[in-house]
Amino acid sequence: MSDIPILALRQVRYAYALAERPVLNGMDFSLAPGERVGLFGPNGCGKTTLLSVMMGLLPVIGGDVLYMGKPARTEADFFELRRGVGFLLQNADDQILFPTVLDDVAFGPLNLGLAPAEAAREAREALAFVGLESFEDRLTHRLSGGEKKLVTLAGVLAMHPKALLLDEPTASLDPDTRHRLVHILEHLDAAVLTVSHDWDFLNLVSSDFYTIEDGLLVKEAASELHWHAHAHPHPEQPH
Amino acid sequence: MIEEPFASGTSFLHRADPRAKLATAAVLSCILSVSPSPAAPALALFVGAACLCWAGLPGRALWRRLATVNAFVAFLWVFLPFSTPGEATAIIGPVTATRQGIALAVLITLKTNAIMCLFLALIATSDAASLGQAMHRLRVPPKLVFLFLFTYRFIHVIGDEQRRLFTAAKLRGFTPRTTRHTYRTLASLLAMVLVGAMRRAEMTRQAMLLRCFHGSFGTLRSFRLGRGEYAFLTAAALFALCLSALEVLHV
Repeated sequence: MSDIPILALRQVRYAYALAERPVLNGMDFSLAPGERVGLFGPNGCGKTTLLSVMMGLLPVIGGDVLYMGKPARTEADFFELRRGVGFLLQNADDQILFPTVLDDVAFGPLNLGLAPAEAAREAREALAFVGLESFEDRLTHRLSGGEKKLVTLAGVLAMHPKALLLDEPTASLDPDTRHRLVHILEHLDAAVLTVSHDWDFLNLVSSDFYTIEDGLLVKEAASELHWHAHAHPHPEQPH
Repeated sequence: MIEEPFASGTSFLHRADPRAKLATAAVLSCILSVSPSPAAPALALFVGAACLCWAGLPGRALWRRLATVNAFVAFLWVFLPFSTPGEATAIIGPVTATRQGIALAVLITLKTNAIMCLFLALIATSDAASLGQAMHRLRVPPKLVFLFLFTYRFIHVIGDEQRRLFTAAKLRGFTPRTTRHTYRTLASLLAMVLVGAMRRAEMTRQAMLLRCFHGSFGTLRSFRLGRGEYAFLTAAALFALCLSALEVLHV
């Protein structure tokens, strides 16, 4: 049972209407339970597009997205997929929907049909897991950037995803929150696909590495990530 | 962006179930808005002011709100007494004020201030999040509730975006004057805010889909009507009857 990848791509093709070259050109990929995959690449190479296609936010023009071994084609299929796969958007403000923290984190559990009391419990547990125990009544627009990121992560984790997709999770994070994020991911059971051009972070949270070249995923040897290792006066600062 | 200076407090009106307050404010406003005579609005203004004292709202912020509304009412006083046909009572220079015109202006002033006082005492004493949940529980259409909650949530975000754009313009030497260049720049900055809002709307839709939204939503808070709320609702119902009676009897 555990051999079935949670999320897989089979010969997936995607192109923006006016672009000459497809962004994803017959891409294959699979994410097995517990796997930690890092994906890096320059801006505009199709990383965010790939994640959006995986979640069914953008429709493929060829190939299949597979969830638990079954192709997802209709909106209902992708609803099932989104129950099991959490997606953390790059910009936290895009993902926080409610004025108060607890309402926002409980939004997913309520959508999954939990009773209000249960949903609130799940939300509180998720907030505790990301280290925001006392935040439930805080107003979301008054949070700092790092706190917003952790609230959105709690919102995703409250749905107990089997897999987690992270889109540039460390963009504009302070070193402290970045460190907490690494710690949280270490204690998480779910498979994680991290997309980032923060090499250090990627290296801390992933064990397999890919990049996108010409619309295809290319596996990278982990050692190649270490070429830039060097002494640094501020080792906690990402660079 | 939106401050809620009245939402925090400890009075009964702050603690009461927001559903009871919302329903009371809605019913009383409807009754007052159709009143043909000044008696009912005058009584309601008195009761509304008493409620404001009861809630113990901060004075300065309160006067500022009332002044804002009455600035609009002042415009009515400039035109209504002189443009309504009826028997003349006073002649000021070239224009004549009529008794009916003044009566109408008085009526509108009383209604506006009465409704404003009731809203400040009943609605402004709850925060936007609880009001949204209360609206949902009172079976207000979910689309309206979403519109209300999202407006509150995103007005800060869009406001920040606007401030960032205007700061960026200022940093590059932009000073607003009455010139074509200024109007062009302002128009384009506003357009950018609008485009940003459109993009955010699309992202929000996606974020909702990602968290398995399927058209209806539940609320966390469960409200409970206690003995205090029942007493309050009974009093509100009697007051509503009293106002209706005053209007029907046309005193």
